[in-house]
Amino acid sequence: MSSTEIERHSYDVVVIGAGGSGLRAAIEARARGKKTAIISKSLFGKAHTVMAEGGAAAAMGNVNPNDNWQVHFRDTMRGGKFLNNPRMAELHAKEAPDRVWELEAWGALFDRTKDGKISQRNFGGHEYPRLAHVGDRTGLEMIRTLQQRVVALQQADSAELGDPEAMIRVFAETTITRLVKDGTGAPRIAGAFGYFRDTGRFVLFEAPTVVLATGGIGRTFKVTSNSWEYSGDGHALALLAGADLINMEFVQFHPTGMVWPPSVRGILVTESVRGDGGVLRNSEGNRFMFDYVPDVFRAQYAETEEEADRWYTDPDHNRRPPELLPRDEVARSINSEIKAGRGSPHGGVFLDIASRRPAEEILRRLPSMYHQFIELADVDITKQPMEIGPTCHYVMGGVEVDPDTAATDVPGLFAAGEVSGGMHGSNRLGGNSLSDLLVFGKRAGEGAAEYVDSLSGPRPAASAASVDAAVAEALAPLERAEGENPYTVHGELQQTMNDLVGLIRRETEVKQALTELEKFRERAARVSVPGGRAYNPGWHVALDLRNMLLVAECVAQAALERQESRGGHTREDYPAMSAEWRKVNLVCALTGDTVSLTRKPLPAMRLDLLALFETAELKKYMTEEELAGIAPPSAPSADAVSEEGH
Amino acid sequence: MGYMAALKVWRGDAGSGALTDYKVEVNEGEVVLDVLHRLQATQAGDLALRWNCKAGKCGSCSMEINGRPRLGCMTRMSTFDPADTLTITPMRTFPVIRDLVTDVSFNYAKARSIPSFTPDPSIKPGEFRMQQEDVNRSQEFRKCIECYLCQNTCHVIRDHAENEAPFAGPRFLMRVAELEMHPCDEADRRDIAQDDFGLGYCNITKCCTEVCPEHIKITDNALIPLKERVAGHKYDPLVWLGSKISRRPAKAGTPAVPGKR
Repeated sequence: MSSTEIERHSYDVVVIGAGGSGLRAAIEARARGKKTAIISKSLFGKAHTVMAEGGAAAAMGNVNPNDNWQVHFRDTMRGGKFLNNPRMAELHAKEAPDRVWELEAWGALFDRTKDGKISQRNFGGHEYPRLAHVGDRTGLEMIRTLQQRVVALQQADSAELGDPEAMIRVFAETTITRLVKDGTGAPRIAGAFGYFRDTGRFVLFEAPTVVLATGGIGRTFKVTSNSWEYSGDGHALALLAGADLINMEFVQFHPTGMVWPPSVRGILVTESVRGDGGVLRNSEGNRFMFDYVPDVFRAQYAETEEEADRWYTDPDHNRRPPELLPRDEVARSINSEIKAGRGSPHGGVFLDIASRRPAEEILRRLPSMYHQFIELADVDITKQPMEIGPTCHYVMGGVEVDPDTAATDVPGLFAAGEVSGGMHGSNRLGGNSLSDLLVFGKRAGEGAAEYVDSLSGPRPAASAASVDAAVAEALAPLERAEGENPYTVHGELQQTMNDLVGLIRRETEVKQALTELEKFRERAARVSVPGGRAYNPGWHVALDLRNMLLVAECVAQAALERQESRGGHTREDYPAMSAEWRKVNLVCALTGDTVSLTRKPLPAMRLDLLALFETAELKKYMTEEELAGIAPPSAPSADAVSEEGH
Repeated sequence: MGYMAALKVWRGDAGSGALTDYKVEVNEGEVVLDVLHRLQATQAGDLALRWNCKAGKCGSCSMEINGRPRLGCMTRMSTFDPADTLTITPMRTFPVIRDLVTDVSFNYAKARSIPSFTPDPSIKPGEFRMQQEDVNRSQEFRKCIECYLCQNTCHVIRDHAENEAPFAGPRFLMRVAELEMHPCDEADRRDIAQDDFGLGYCNITKCCTEVCPEHIKITDNALIPLKERVAGHKYDPLVWLGSKISRRPAKAGTPAVPGKR
């Protein structure tokens, strides 16, 4: 095999990523008659989606019949502090139930209500029990169901066409390093270039559409709940192909990651622990979350432990416990307790379900949490509290897409799931990710199929120059004789981002991070790896560094620019939320080799969606000017004129 | 607290390979995967191994540790004597690609051979009604993370490559049991469980159950009940007689095995 030999495949739709959104997109594209490839960095069925624990939020109203899409929409906007793309939040809330029910028709076995429907559990920021779940392993159920659906389609194709891979094929352990475009005046997507991990052989997928479904960026940070796959590949591929990223300053630090022992630091502890009755305590034994309910949520959360505890059995007459505030609020509160010296022995706080629920119920509802703590930390969660602290979990920012079709500004390029931006605003509610994957995965598959149908004339062809450049770029780390170890560069990058652009940000530190990132870029350009191309993880890390550095640059630049605190972006030097800043999306694009940042107005909310909120609530988020545009001038609401804005 | 562990790690590819000696630092609370990552980052940058979640949820880091099939991420270093040498080898049943990475495509081929979920087509999405007690059994099997340690350890294929064609292995016989016990599945997979997936090869030594990191009772809850269903259906003389004289049609027939010539 010559080193630059390239295997070629031709498809209608190439989906990069085999998690929830990628598989759902591929199933849809195939359902619409498109020959579809699924590219997976890992083995089929190992995607990061398996780590999702709590559930998929969908307003089915199975447990509380008062639930409906409007309530879900409101909760999502509140959770995102009104920075969400309202159309995305609307589509998501409306379509999530159908997407969950569909899974059941494909063989998923969710936990049941007494009348045999899909059970739904409480979660942070959701007004009613809303998360369809299977114990605390919902993501696994979802990925397995979608995987088995792909297999079922392949079986049908085998029977009809004689080849199970005639219409949909999974390319496992395959990494895409570049999207390729055609050489015309207005370049369109022409395919994707990458390598097979097992042999290191290069591959070019020739296709007019690519759906990015690559997930997140957590491996850019040291303490994270994310796997090695989360190196921001799709974010970087989009930037390099000319698409825009929005909201990259918003990174979710999940309040409850394991903190001890050090080797498990960051591993997720599901929010279901709190949804099912678990409480947070500091070293003095206090349920400190009562001290941290922010003004915008004051009306919806209990003020006493007694009221909070009554809520579990009588939610209609009591307010929610503050442990179930949105994740950004809880993570910051935990951080404050630790900083004030009221942390647990290993630098976290206590999450206690042992004293709150019988052991048997804990084992039934949280089996994998029990397993995780007993095996990895020697802690029996039915007898002892857990020690937990914030961990980098999710990026709200991502590729800017059209809400209805998931299309980016680059013709032929689509994005869905965590890699896309806008849906979750400044902070994602737990449970809204699995449903997001399904809703927008399907829409991306549809959008891609329609785009293929709209093409006339010859298909876009990858320019030879772009393919040659991709080959050279991929081979470079192997060809350098002397250079730094890529694992060292990666480890230090993670530490830098964790320390300087983490949960709490300061101008001086973010500026320092940007300086450091420049040095990392120089070092990354000089890394070299021993060994050959066959299954060489050192080579893989060296190639992933480019993506992580691009993403880190976007996060840091946007974090420096946004001078307010909102959701997953907390500036110690600008602690308040600003109604002026709410109107702004920060957009990252690539100009030459450098990331540039511009401002763009947030898409406006339609009047019928605005009408779902009380004016008094909107007033907490919006400027006087915006409110004046909403309220009929003849009848301004009383509180809108009596109080001054803040 | 920390110490230097002696490791023998199998390095090589399909052609050849050998155990290679390393000394690697170990710190409190670490698992085998942590130590292999440290080895990779500091001494053997090209050491091939699979991993994803590092929390026992994805089933990627399957390997053999001192000859025992284990997940690297769920095996605590504290379970070994610091003075002992740890031997780490790839899963033996599957062909090696490189170092600790094996070719597990056998499993994906078997997965594709099992007739999929077959609900009553008249039930629309959203209209499924199932009781919790009726889904409990299949839910246990759906905890499977597809680490393939059970497939790796089952002597029917571990020691007899010739059985790979007629035998689906514990993971996929369990998949058959899962669908058979799914309250809304209508197909009858009892005949093909025996004839095409080799249920009869299993002699219930429970090795699969023993290595399952999810503690699924594969033998007791999936394979034995499936054997009972098959025996009741295929070998009970009264049932056989009934099937000859009764005119009652079966609810749904035995589906064709996908991809079978």
